[in-house]
Amino acid sequence: MSRKTLIPIGPYHPLQEEPELFKLFCDGEIVRDIKWETGYNHRSIEKLSESKTYDQVFFLVERICGICSTSHPFAFANAVEEIAGIEITDRAKYIRSIIGELERLHSHLLWVGLAGHFLGYNTVFMWAWKYREPVLDLFEMITGNRNSYAMFKVGGVRRDIENSKIPVIRKVLSDARKKIDLLAGAVMDDPVIHARTKGVGVLTRQDIIDYAAVGPTARASGVPIDIRKDDPYAAYPLVNWKVITAEGGDVFAKAEVRLLEMYESVSIIEQCLDGLEKVREGDITVKVNEIPEGIGAGRAEAPRGEVFHFVVSDGSNSPARHKIRAPSYVNIATFKKSCIGQTIADATISLAAVDPCYCCTERMAAAYDVSSGKRLLNANDLIALSLKRTEEIRKSGAGHE
Amino acid sequence: METEEVIENIAKKFISDTVAFDLVKSRRGIITIRHTALTAIAEYLYRSEGYRFIIASALHTRRGFEIYSHFSMDTSGLILSLHVILDKEKPRIESLSNMFSASNWIEREMHELFGIDFLNHPNQEKLISDGNWAEGVYPYRKEFK
Repeated sequence: MSRKTLIPIGPYHPLQEEPELFKLFCDGEIVRDIKWETGYNHRSIEKLSESKTYDQVFFLVERICGICSTSHPFAFANAVEEIAGIEITDRAKYIRSIIGELERLHSHLLWVGLAGHFLGYNTVFMWAWKYREPVLDLFEMITGNRNSYAMFKVGGVRRDIENSKIPVIRKVLSDARKKIDLLAGAVMDDPVIHARTKGVGVLTRQDIIDYAAVGPTARASGVPIDIRKDDPYAAYPLVNWKVITAEGGDVFAKAEVRLLEMYESVSIIEQCLDGLEKVREGDITVKVNEIPEGIGAGRAEAPRGEVFHFVVSDGSNSPARHKIRAPSYVNIATFKKSCIGQTIADATISLAAVDPCYCCTERMAAAYDVSSGKRLLNANDLIALSLKRTEEIRKSGAGHE
Repeated sequence: METEEVIENIAKKFISDTVAFDLVKSRRGIITIRHTALTAIAEYLYRSEGYRFIIASALHTRRGFEIYSHFSMDTSGLILSLHVILDKEKPRIESLSNMFSASNWIEREMHELFGIDFLNHPNQEKLISDGNWAEGVYPYRKEFK
Protein backbone atom coordinates (compact mmCIF):
# COMPACT_ATOMS: atom_id res chain seq x y z
CA MET A 1 0.00 0.00 0.00
CA SER A 2 1.40 3.36 -0.94
CA ARG A 3 1.73 6.14 1.59
CA LYS A 4 -0.97 8.81 1.55
CA THR A 5 -0.47 12.51 2.10
CA LEU A 6 -2.93 14.29 4.35
CA ILE A 7 -4.10 17.67 3.05
CA PRO A 8 -6.28 19.48 5.60
CA ILE A 9 -8.73 22.13 4.42
CA GLY A 10 -9.76 24.18 7.45
CA PRO A 11 -10.96 24.41 10.15
CA TYR A 12 -10.15 28.12 9.96
CA HIS A 13 -9.00 29.38 6.62
CA PRO A 14 -9.31 32.85 5.09
CA LEU A 15 -10.96 31.40 1.98
CA GLN A 16 -13.71 29.62 3.87
CA GLU A 17 -16.77 31.48 4.95
CA GLU A 18 -17.45 29.03 7.78
CA PRO A 19 -15.31 26.80 10.00
CA GLU A 20 -15.13 23.21 8.80
CA LEU A 21 -12.35 20.66 8.49
CA PHE A 22 -11.95 18.37 5.52
CA LYS A 23 -9.09 15.92 5.67
CA LEU A 24 -8.13 14.83 2.17
CA PHE A 25 -5.99 11.69 2.03
CA CYS A 26 -4.12 12.02 -1.23
CA ASP A 27 -1.96 9.85 -3.40
CA GLY A 28 -0.05 12.43 -5.44
CA GLU A 29 -2.74 14.69 -6.89
CA ILE A 30 -5.55 12.21 -6.51
CA VAL A 31 -7.89 12.20 -3.50
CA ARG A 32 -8.18 8.62 -2.20
CA ASP A 33 -10.23 9.17 0.95
CA ILE A 34 -11.89 12.03 2.69
CA LYS A 35 -12.93 12.65 6.27
CA TRP A 36 -15.08 15.46 7.57
CA GLU A 37 -14.82 16.89 11.05
CA THR A 38 -17.44 19.17 12.40
CA GLY A 39 -18.63 20.71 15.64
CA TYR A 40 -17.11 24.19 15.28
CA ASN A 41 -20.46 25.84 14.86
CA HIS A 42 -22.71 24.14 17.36
CA ARG A 43 -25.24 26.22 19.27
CA SER A 44 -27.63 23.67 20.75
CA ILE A 45 -30.60 25.04 18.87
CA GLU A 46 -32.77 21.92 19.23
CA LYS A 47 -32.32 21.96 22.99
CA LEU A 48 -32.72 25.75 23.24
CA SER A 49 -35.96 25.51 21.31
CA GLU A 50 -37.48 23.43 24.12
CA SER A 51 -37.04 26.40 26.46
CA LYS A 52 -38.61 29.03 24.17
CA THR A 53 -42.24 29.82 23.44
CA TYR A 54 -43.61 29.11 19.97
CA ASP A 55 -43.34 32.79 19.07
CA GLN A 56 -39.72 32.98 20.19
CA VAL A 57 -38.69 29.81 18.34
CA PHE A 58 -39.18 31.64 15.02
CA PHE A 59 -36.40 34.07 15.88
CA LEU A 60 -34.23 31.20 17.06
CA VAL A 61 -34.58 29.03 13.95
CA GLU A 62 -34.16 32.06 11.74
CA ARG A 63 -30.65 32.30 13.13
CA ILE A 64 -29.71 28.74 12.19
CA CYS A 65 -28.53 30.04 8.86
CA GLY A 66 -27.84 33.52 7.56
CA ILE A 67 -28.32 32.74 3.89
CA CYS A 68 -31.51 30.70 3.94
CA SER A 69 -32.91 32.42 7.00
CA THR A 70 -36.52 32.08 5.87
CA SER A 71 -36.59 28.39 5.04
CA HIS A 72 -36.33 27.32 8.69
CA PRO A 73 -39.18 29.53 9.98
CA PHE A 74 -41.13 28.40 6.90
CA ALA A 75 -40.83 24.71 7.80
CA PHE A 76 -41.42 25.40 11.49
CA ALA A 77 -44.59 27.38 10.71
CA ASN A 78 -45.80 24.51 8.52
CA ALA A 79 -45.19 22.03 11.36
CA VAL A 80 -46.90 24.09 14.08
CA GLU A 81 -49.84 25.00 11.85
CA GLU A 82 -50.26 21.32 11.11
CA ILE A 83 -50.53 20.55 14.84
CA ALA A 84 -53.01 23.36 15.44
CA GLY A 85 -54.92 22.80 12.20
CA ILE A 86 -54.56 26.40 11.07
CA GLU A 87 -55.27 27.51 7.51
CA ILE A 88 -53.63 30.89 6.81
CA THR A 89 -55.10 33.62 4.60
CA ASP A 90 -54.32 33.83 0.88
CA ARG A 91 -52.47 37.08 1.35
CA ALA A 92 -50.18 35.51 3.95
CA LYS A 93 -49.59 32.57 1.61
CA TYR A 94 -48.51 34.88 -1.22
CA ILE A 95 -46.25 36.91 1.06
CA ARG A 96 -44.61 33.76 2.43
CA SER A 97 -43.90 32.48 -1.07
CA ILE A 98 -42.55 35.86 -2.21
CA ILE A 99 -40.08 35.92 0.67
CA GLY A 100 -39.12 32.29 0.04
CA GLU A 101 -38.48 32.85 -3.65
CA LEU A 102 -36.58 36.13 -3.20
CA GLU A 103 -34.39 34.18 -0.84
CA ARG A 104 -33.81 31.46 -3.42
CA LEU A 105 -32.87 34.16 -5.92
CA HIS A 106 -30.23 35.73 -3.70
CA SER A 107 -28.95 32.37 -2.45
CA HIS A 108 -28.46 30.96 -5.96
CA LEU A 109 -26.71 34.16 -7.05
CA LEU A 110 -24.46 33.82 -4.03
CA TRP A 111 -23.66 30.22 -4.99
CA VAL A 112 -22.87 31.07 -8.60
CA GLY A 113 -20.46 33.71 -7.31
CA LEU A 114 -18.83 31.35 -4.84
CA ALA A 115 -18.52 28.60 -7.45
CA GLY A 116 -16.70 31.05 -9.71
CA HIS A 117 -14.49 31.97 -6.79
CA PHE A 118 -13.62 28.32 -6.10
CA LEU A 119 -12.71 27.85 -9.74
CA GLY A 120 -10.43 30.88 -9.55
CA TYR A 121 -12.77 32.76 -11.86
CA ASN A 122 -13.32 35.89 -9.83
CA THR A 123 -15.09 37.84 -12.57
CA VAL A 124 -18.10 35.57 -12.10
CA PHE A 125 -17.84 36.08 -8.34
CA MET A 126 -17.89 39.89 -8.60
CA TRP A 127 -20.60 39.83 -11.21
CA ALA A 128 -23.01 37.51 -9.39
CA TRP A 129 -22.65 39.32 -6.09
CA LYS A 130 -23.26 42.65 -7.76
CA TYR A 131 -26.55 41.32 -9.15
CA ARG A 132 -27.47 39.91 -5.74
CA GLU A 133 -27.31 43.34 -4.15
CA PRO A 134 -30.63 44.71 -5.56
CA VAL A 135 -32.39 41.60 -4.20
CA LEU A 136 -31.06 42.33 -0.72
CA ASP A 137 -32.13 45.96 -1.08
CA LEU A 138 -35.58 44.71 -1.97
CA PHE A 139 -35.60 42.65 1.22
CA GLU A 140 -34.68 45.71 3.20
CA MET A 141 -37.57 47.61 1.67
CA ILE A 142 -40.12 44.83 2.25
CA THR A 143 -39.06 43.49 5.64
CA GLY A 144 -36.72 46.09 7.12
CA ASN A 145 -33.80 43.67 7.11
CA ARG A 146 -31.30 42.55 4.51
CA ASN A 147 -31.16 39.21 6.27
CA SER A 148 -33.10 37.41 9.04
CA TYR A 149 -36.37 38.95 7.92
CA ALA A 150 -38.55 38.14 10.94
CA MET A 151 -41.60 37.84 8.69
CA PHE A 152 -43.13 34.59 9.91
CA LYS A 153 -45.37 33.75 12.81
CA VAL A 154 -47.90 31.06 13.64
CA GLY A 155 -51.05 31.91 11.68
CA GLY A 156 -49.56 34.26 9.10
CA VAL A 157 -46.89 36.88 8.60
CA ARG A 158 -45.81 39.85 10.69
CA ARG A 159 -45.72 42.51 8.00
CA ASP A 160 -47.80 43.17 4.95
CA ILE A 161 -46.39 43.98 1.53
CA GLU A 162 -48.47 47.06 0.71
CA ASN A 163 -49.86 47.21 -2.81
CA SER A 164 -48.09 50.55 -3.31
CA LYS A 165 -44.74 48.70 -3.16
CA ILE A 166 -45.63 46.19 -5.87
CA PRO A 167 -44.52 48.33 -8.88
CA VAL A 168 -41.08 48.81 -7.27
CA ILE A 169 -40.70 45.06 -6.76
CA ARG A 170 -41.76 44.40 -10.36
CA LYS A 171 -39.12 46.82 -11.64
CA VAL A 172 -36.36 45.07 -9.65
CA LEU A 173 -37.54 41.68 -10.93
CA SER A 174 -37.57 42.70 -14.57
CA ASP A 175 -34.05 44.11 -14.16
CA ALA A 176 -32.99 40.89 -12.41
CA ARG A 177 -34.25 38.78 -15.30
CA LYS A 178 -32.04 40.67 -17.78
CA LYS A 179 -29.06 40.24 -15.48
CA ILE A 180 -29.68 36.51 -15.06
CA ASP A 181 -29.78 36.27 -18.87
CA LEU A 182 -26.32 37.82 -19.03
CA LEU A 183 -24.96 35.70 -16.21
CA ALA A 184 -26.48 32.43 -17.42
CA GLY A 185 -25.23 33.09 -20.96
CA ALA A 186 -21.74 33.84 -19.72
CA VAL A 187 -21.55 30.78 -17.45
CA MET A 188 -23.15 28.26 -19.79
CA ASP A 189 -21.08 29.25 -22.82
CA ASP A 190 -17.72 29.72 -21.18
CA PRO A 191 -15.19 27.11 -22.38
CA VAL A 192 -13.12 27.47 -19.19
CA ILE A 193 -16.13 26.74 -16.96
CA HIS A 194 -17.06 23.81 -19.20
CA ALA A 195 -13.56 22.40 -18.87
CA ARG A 196 -13.51 22.79 -15.10
CA THR A 197 -17.00 21.52 -14.27
CA LYS A 198 -18.16 18.99 -16.87
CA GLY A 199 -17.69 15.42 -15.69
CA VAL A 200 -16.41 16.68 -12.33
CA GLY A 201 -17.90 15.54 -9.01
CA VAL A 202 -20.46 13.27 -10.65
CA LEU A 203 -23.28 11.90 -8.50
CA THR A 204 -25.33 9.15 -10.12
CA ARG A 205 -29.05 8.62 -9.57
CA GLN A 206 -28.24 5.66 -7.32
CA ASP A 207 -25.90 7.82 -5.18
CA ILE A 208 -28.71 10.32 -4.70
CA ILE A 209 -31.13 7.59 -3.60
CA ASP A 210 -28.55 5.99 -1.30
CA TYR A 211 -27.61 9.23 0.44
CA ALA A 212 -31.18 10.62 0.21
CA ALA A 213 -29.76 13.88 -1.17
CA VAL A 214 -32.26 16.66 -1.85
CA GLY A 215 -32.70 19.95 -3.69
CA PRO A 216 -30.61 21.06 -6.67
CA THR A 217 -28.06 18.32 -5.83
CA ALA A 218 -30.71 15.66 -6.50
CA ARG A 219 -32.37 17.49 -9.38
CA ALA A 220 -29.04 17.82 -11.21
CA SER A 221 -28.84 14.01 -11.25
CA GLY A 222 -32.28 13.72 -12.80
CA VAL A 223 -34.23 13.01 -9.60
CA PRO A 224 -37.21 15.39 -9.80
CA ILE A 225 -37.90 15.99 -6.10
CA ASP A 226 -39.07 19.40 -5.01
CA ILE A 227 -41.15 19.84 -1.85
CA ARG A 228 -42.92 22.84 -3.35
CA LYS A 229 -44.47 20.46 -5.90
CA ASP A 230 -44.54 17.15 -3.99
CA ASP A 231 -45.97 18.37 -0.68
CA PRO A 232 -47.42 21.76 -1.66
CA TYR A 233 -47.55 24.56 0.90
CA ALA A 234 -48.06 28.35 0.96
CA ALA A 235 -48.91 29.80 -2.47
CA TYR A 236 -46.99 27.27 -4.59
CA PRO A 237 -50.09 25.30 -5.65
CA LEU A 238 -51.75 28.59 -6.68
CA VAL A 239 -49.14 29.58 -9.29
CA ASN A 240 -47.70 28.00 -12.44
CA TRP A 241 -44.11 26.87 -12.43
CA LYS A 242 -42.05 23.82 -13.25
CA VAL A 243 -39.41 21.73 -11.50
CA ILE A 244 -36.01 22.13 -13.15
CA THR A 245 -33.93 19.00 -13.59
CA ALA A 246 -30.76 18.18 -15.46
CA GLU A 247 -28.94 15.01 -16.39
CA GLY A 248 -25.29 14.38 -15.75
CA GLY A 249 -25.03 14.94 -12.01
CA ASP A 250 -21.75 16.86 -12.38
CA VAL A 251 -20.92 20.35 -11.15
CA PHE A 252 -22.03 21.86 -14.45
CA ALA A 253 -25.47 20.25 -14.14
CA LYS A 254 -25.85 21.67 -10.62
CA ALA A 255 -24.97 25.13 -11.90
CA GLU A 256 -27.44 24.73 -14.76
CA VAL A 257 -30.26 23.73 -12.37
CA ARG A 258 -29.61 26.72 -10.11
CA LEU A 259 -29.37 29.21 -12.97
CA LEU A 260 -32.62 28.02 -14.55
CA GLU A 261 -34.37 27.92 -11.17
CA MET A 262 -33.75 31.64 -10.82
CA TYR A 263 -36.07 32.26 -13.81
CA GLU A 264 -38.75 30.12 -12.16
CA SER A 265 -38.35 32.08 -8.92
CA VAL A 266 -38.80 35.40 -10.73
CA SER A 267 -41.89 34.03 -12.44
CA ILE A 268 -43.36 32.71 -9.15
CA ILE A 269 -42.84 36.07 -7.45
CA GLU A 270 -44.50 37.91 -10.34
CA GLN A 271 -47.54 35.63 -10.17
CA CYS A 272 -47.69 36.04 -6.38
CA LEU A 273 -47.67 39.83 -6.85
CA ASP A 274 -50.64 39.44 -9.24
CA GLY A 275 -52.32 37.42 -6.49
CA LEU A 276 -51.59 40.07 -3.86
CA GLU A 277 -53.35 42.70 -5.97
CA LYS A 278 -56.52 40.59 -5.98
CA VAL A 279 -56.86 40.09 -2.20
CA ARG A 280 -57.62 42.60 0.52
CA GLU A 281 -54.68 44.56 1.95
CA GLY A 282 -53.80 43.91 5.60
CA ASP A 283 -55.46 40.49 5.78
CA ILE A 284 -52.28 38.70 6.82
CA THR A 285 -52.98 36.81 9.99
CA VAL A 286 -55.52 34.52 11.65
CA LYS A 287 -56.13 34.34 15.39
CA VAL A 288 -54.33 31.49 17.16
CA ASN A 289 -55.45 30.63 20.66
CA GLU A 290 -53.30 27.71 21.67
CA ILE A 291 -51.16 24.94 20.26
CA PRO A 292 -52.81 21.66 21.28
CA GLU A 293 -51.02 18.43 22.10
CA GLY A 294 -49.84 16.68 18.97
CA ILE A 295 -47.13 15.88 16.48
CA GLY A 296 -46.36 17.92 13.38
CA ALA A 297 -43.94 17.49 10.51
CA GLY A 298 -43.29 20.58 8.41
CA ARG A 299 -41.19 20.87 5.31
CA ALA A 300 -40.12 23.63 3.00
CA GLU A 301 -37.93 23.72 -0.07
CA ALA A 302 -34.92 25.84 0.86
CA PRO A 303 -32.49 26.97 -1.86
CA ARG A 304 -30.38 23.93 -0.96
CA GLY A 305 -33.21 21.41 -0.69
CA GLU A 306 -35.77 20.10 1.72
CA VAL A 307 -35.78 21.55 5.25
CA PHE A 308 -37.57 19.26 7.69
CA HIS A 309 -38.89 20.30 11.11
CA PHE A 310 -40.46 17.77 13.44
CA VAL A 311 -42.31 19.26 16.40
CA VAL A 312 -43.81 17.39 19.33
CA SER A 313 -46.22 19.49 21.38
CA ASP A 314 -47.37 18.54 24.86
CA GLY A 315 -49.99 21.29 24.98
CA SER A 316 -47.73 23.79 26.77
CA ASN A 317 -46.49 26.98 25.13
CA SER A 318 -43.13 25.60 24.05
CA PRO A 319 -42.21 22.53 21.98
CA ALA A 320 -41.52 19.30 23.91
CA ARG A 321 -39.12 18.21 21.18
CA HIS A 322 -38.01 19.99 18.04
CA LYS A 323 -35.94 18.12 15.49
CA ILE A 324 -34.41 20.02 12.60
CA ARG A 325 -32.93 18.49 9.47
CA ALA A 326 -31.26 20.97 7.14
CA PRO A 327 -30.64 19.96 3.52
CA SER A 328 -26.86 20.21 3.87
CA TYR A 329 -26.96 17.40 6.43
CA VAL A 330 -27.71 14.86 3.72
CA ASN A 331 -26.06 16.72 0.84
CA ILE A 332 -22.62 17.14 2.42
CA ALA A 333 -22.44 13.38 3.05
CA THR A 334 -22.32 12.77 -0.71
CA PHE A 335 -18.71 14.03 -0.84
CA LYS A 336 -17.59 10.42 -0.33
CA LYS A 337 -19.01 9.71 -3.78
CA SER A 338 -18.24 12.96 -5.57
CA CYS A 339 -14.66 13.69 -4.42
CA ILE A 340 -12.86 10.37 -4.16
CA GLY A 341 -10.81 9.72 -7.30
CA GLN A 342 -10.77 13.42 -8.25
CA THR A 343 -7.73 15.69 -8.20
CA ILE A 344 -7.32 18.09 -5.27
CA ALA A 345 -8.14 21.07 -7.49
CA ASP A 346 -11.44 19.50 -8.51
CA ALA A 347 -12.29 18.34 -4.99
CA THR A 348 -12.87 21.92 -3.78
CA ILE A 349 -15.46 22.70 -6.44
CA SER A 350 -17.08 19.28 -5.93
CA LEU A 351 -17.42 20.06 -2.22
CA ALA A 352 -18.81 23.49 -3.03
CA ALA A 353 -21.23 22.15 -5.63
CA VAL A 354 -23.78 20.97 -3.07
CA ASP A 355 -23.77 24.53 -1.66
CA PRO A 356 -22.89 23.25 1.79
CA CYS A 357 -24.06 25.20 4.80
CA TYR A 358 -22.31 24.17 7.97
CA CYS A 359 -24.16 26.39 10.40
CA CYS A 360 -27.35 24.65 9.24
CA THR A 361 -25.89 21.25 9.85
CA GLU A 362 -24.64 21.79 13.39
CA ARG A 363 -26.74 22.81 16.31
CA MET A 364 -25.05 22.17 19.69
CA ALA A 365 -22.17 23.51 21.85
CA ALA A 366 -20.88 23.45 25.42
CA ALA A 367 -17.49 23.65 27.10
CA TYR A 368 -16.69 20.58 29.22
CA ASP A 369 -13.65 19.12 30.82
CA VAL A 370 -13.05 15.96 28.76
CA SER A 371 -11.78 13.86 31.66
CA SER A 372 -14.11 14.82 34.50
CA GLY A 373 -17.22 15.80 32.57
CA LYS A 374 -17.41 19.02 34.59
CA ARG A 375 -18.84 22.09 32.92
CA LEU A 376 -16.24 24.79 32.36
CA LEU A 377 -18.42 27.71 31.26
CA ASN A 378 -22.09 28.49 31.56
CA ALA A 379 -24.23 31.11 29.87
CA ASN A 380 -23.50 33.80 32.49
CA ASP A 381 -19.75 33.23 32.15
CA LEU A 382 -20.04 33.69 28.39
CA ILE A 383 -22.00 36.93 28.82
CA ALA A 384 -19.42 38.19 31.34
CA LEU A 385 -16.58 37.30 28.95
CA SER A 386 -18.33 39.07 26.11
CA LEU A 387 -18.95 42.21 28.20
CA LYS A 388 -15.31 42.23 29.30
CA ARG A 389 -14.08 41.94 25.72
CA THR A 390 -16.41 44.70 24.51
CA GLU A 391 -15.12 46.94 27.28
CA GLU A 392 -11.52 46.25 26.22
CA ILE A 393 -12.29 47.07 22.61
CA ARG A 394 -13.97 50.33 23.67
CA LYS A 395 -10.97 51.34 25.78
CA SER A 396 -8.49 50.62 22.99
CA GLY A 397 -10.51 52.92 20.72
CA ALA A 398 -11.07 50.31 18.03
CA GLY A 399 -14.47 50.27 16.43
CA HIS A 400 -14.84 54.06 16.70
CA GLU A 401 -14.58 56.34 13.74
CA MET B 1 -54.07 5.56 -3.43
CA GLU B 2 -55.33 7.51 -0.42
CA THR B 3 -52.94 8.06 2.47
CA GLU B 4 -55.20 6.14 4.82
CA GLU B 5 -55.16 3.14 2.52
CA VAL B 6 -51.35 3.22 2.18
CA ILE B 7 -50.86 3.20 5.94
CA GLU B 8 -53.44 0.48 6.49
CA ASN B 9 -51.81 -1.72 3.86
CA ILE B 10 -48.40 -1.44 5.47
CA ALA B 11 -49.84 -2.05 8.94
CA LYS B 12 -51.68 -5.13 7.59
CA LYS B 13 -48.60 -6.46 5.84
CA PHE B 14 -46.62 -6.33 9.08
CA ILE B 15 -49.56 -7.02 11.37
CA SER B 16 -47.61 -9.00 13.97
CA ASP B 17 -45.12 -6.13 14.41
CA THR B 18 -47.55 -3.24 14.35
CA VAL B 19 -48.57 -1.82 17.69
CA ALA B 20 -50.67 1.10 16.49
CA PHE B 21 -51.17 3.26 13.44
CA ASP B 22 -52.38 6.78 13.20
CA LEU B 23 -53.24 9.21 10.45
CA VAL B 24 -52.18 12.61 11.72
CA LYS B 25 -53.47 14.52 8.73
CA SER B 26 -53.79 13.77 5.05
CA ARG B 27 -50.23 13.17 3.81
CA ARG B 28 -48.90 12.43 7.35
CA GLY B 29 -48.93 9.05 9.05
CA ILE B 30 -47.31 7.38 12.03
CA ILE B 31 -46.99 3.63 12.51
CA THR B 32 -45.84 2.42 15.93
CA ILE B 33 -43.97 -0.85 15.55
CA ARG B 34 -41.92 -3.29 17.62
CA HIS B 35 -38.30 -2.17 17.54
CA THR B 36 -37.11 -5.55 16.30
CA ALA B 37 -39.07 -5.07 13.08
CA LEU B 38 -37.69 -1.66 12.08
CA THR B 39 -35.13 -3.02 9.59
CA ALA B 40 -37.64 -5.26 7.83
CA ILE B 41 -40.28 -2.54 7.46
CA ALA B 42 -37.71 0.11 6.47
CA GLU B 43 -36.33 -2.28 3.86
CA TYR B 44 -39.81 -2.82 2.45
CA LEU B 45 -40.44 0.94 2.27
CA TYR B 46 -37.04 1.78 0.77
CA ARG B 47 -36.54 -1.08 -1.66
CA SER B 48 -40.02 -2.14 -2.73
CA GLU B 49 -42.04 1.05 -2.40
CA GLY B 50 -39.39 3.67 -3.25
CA TYR B 51 -39.63 5.78 -0.10
CA ARG B 52 -36.86 8.27 0.68
CA PHE B 53 -35.39 8.38 4.19
CA ILE B 54 -35.64 11.95 5.49
CA ILE B 55 -34.19 11.75 8.98
CA ALA B 56 -34.80 10.13 12.37
CA SER B 57 -35.84 12.07 15.50
CA ALA B 58 -35.02 10.68 18.93
CA LEU B 59 -36.98 11.66 22.03
CA HIS B 60 -36.38 11.04 25.70
CA THR B 61 -39.74 10.63 27.41
CA ARG B 62 -41.27 8.91 30.42
CA ARG B 63 -41.77 5.77 28.34
CA GLY B 64 -38.04 5.55 27.58
CA PHE B 65 -36.28 6.46 24.36
CA GLU B 66 -38.38 6.86 21.26
CA ILE B 67 -37.25 7.13 17.66
CA TYR B 68 -39.33 8.37 14.77
CA SER B 69 -37.79 7.37 11.44
CA HIS B 70 -39.31 9.65 8.83
CA PHE B 71 -39.77 8.43 5.28
CA SER B 72 -41.05 10.50 2.40
CA MET B 73 -43.01 9.35 -0.63
CA ASP B 74 -42.13 12.09 -3.09
CA THR B 75 -44.84 11.34 -5.62
CA SER B 76 -47.70 11.85 -3.13
CA GLY B 77 -46.12 14.12 -0.50
CA LEU B 78 -46.74 11.54 2.26
CA ILE B 79 -44.47 11.56 5.31
CA LEU B 80 -44.60 8.17 6.99
CA SER B 81 -42.93 7.96 10.40
CA LEU B 82 -42.00 4.59 11.86
CA HIS B 83 -42.17 4.97 15.63
CA VAL B 84 -40.30 2.64 17.98
CA ILE B 85 -39.99 2.72 21.77
CA LEU B 86 -36.71 1.52 23.25
CA ASP B 87 -35.61 0.38 26.65
CA LYS B 88 -35.18 3.02 29.41
CA GLU B 89 -31.89 1.70 30.73
CA LYS B 90 -30.11 0.26 27.72
CA PRO B 91 -31.59 1.72 24.52
CA ARG B 92 -30.38 -0.24 21.51
CA ILE B 93 -31.66 -0.92 18.03
CA GLU B 94 -30.44 -2.37 14.75
CA SER B 95 -28.79 0.21 12.49
CA LEU B 96 -30.29 1.13 9.11
CA SER B 97 -26.97 2.36 7.72
CA ASN B 98 -26.12 -0.93 6.04
CA MET B 99 -29.18 -0.44 3.85
CA PHE B 100 -28.75 3.25 2.93
CA SER B 101 -25.96 5.72 3.74
CA ALA B 102 -28.46 8.46 4.53
CA SER B 103 -28.94 7.25 8.11
CA ASN B 104 -25.21 6.99 8.88
CA TRP B 105 -24.71 10.47 10.34
CA ILE B 106 -28.01 10.78 12.18
CA GLU B 107 -27.44 7.46 13.97
CA ARG B 108 -24.01 8.65 15.05
CA GLU B 109 -25.60 11.88 16.26
CA MET B 110 -28.32 10.07 18.21
CA HIS B 111 -25.70 7.80 19.75
CA GLU B 112 -23.73 10.85 20.82
CA LEU B 113 -26.58 13.02 22.12
CA PHE B 114 -28.96 10.41 23.56
CA GLY B 115 -26.68 7.42 24.17
CA ILE B 116 -28.71 5.08 21.97
CA ASP B 117 -26.69 2.14 20.65
CA PHE B 118 -26.98 1.22 16.98
CA LEU B 119 -26.09 -2.42 16.49
CA ASN B 120 -23.95 -3.29 13.44
CA HIS B 121 -23.40 0.38 12.56
CA PRO B 122 -20.45 0.59 10.14
CA ASN B 123 -18.72 3.35 12.10
CA GLN B 124 -20.36 4.53 15.31
CA GLU B 125 -17.88 7.32 16.07
CA LYS B 126 -18.86 10.69 17.45
CA LEU B 127 -20.06 13.04 14.74
CA ILE B 128 -20.07 16.52 16.23
CA SER B 129 -18.10 16.61 19.46
CA ASP B 130 -15.15 14.37 18.73
CA GLY B 131 -12.56 14.88 21.47
CA ASN B 132 -14.47 17.72 23.16
CA TRP B 133 -16.96 15.82 25.24
CA ALA B 134 -16.84 13.48 28.22
CA GLU B 135 -17.73 9.83 27.68
CA GLY B 136 -21.09 8.74 29.02
CA VAL B 137 -22.57 12.27 29.26
CA TYR B 138 -25.56 12.63 26.95
CA PRO B 139 -26.70 16.24 26.60
CA TYR B 140 -30.14 15.62 25.09
CA ARG B 141 -31.34 13.35 27.87
CA LYS B 142 -33.91 14.91 30.18
CA GLU B 143 -31.74 14.50 33.29
CA PHE B 144 -29.02 16.67 31.70
CA LYS B 145 -29.10 20.17 33.14
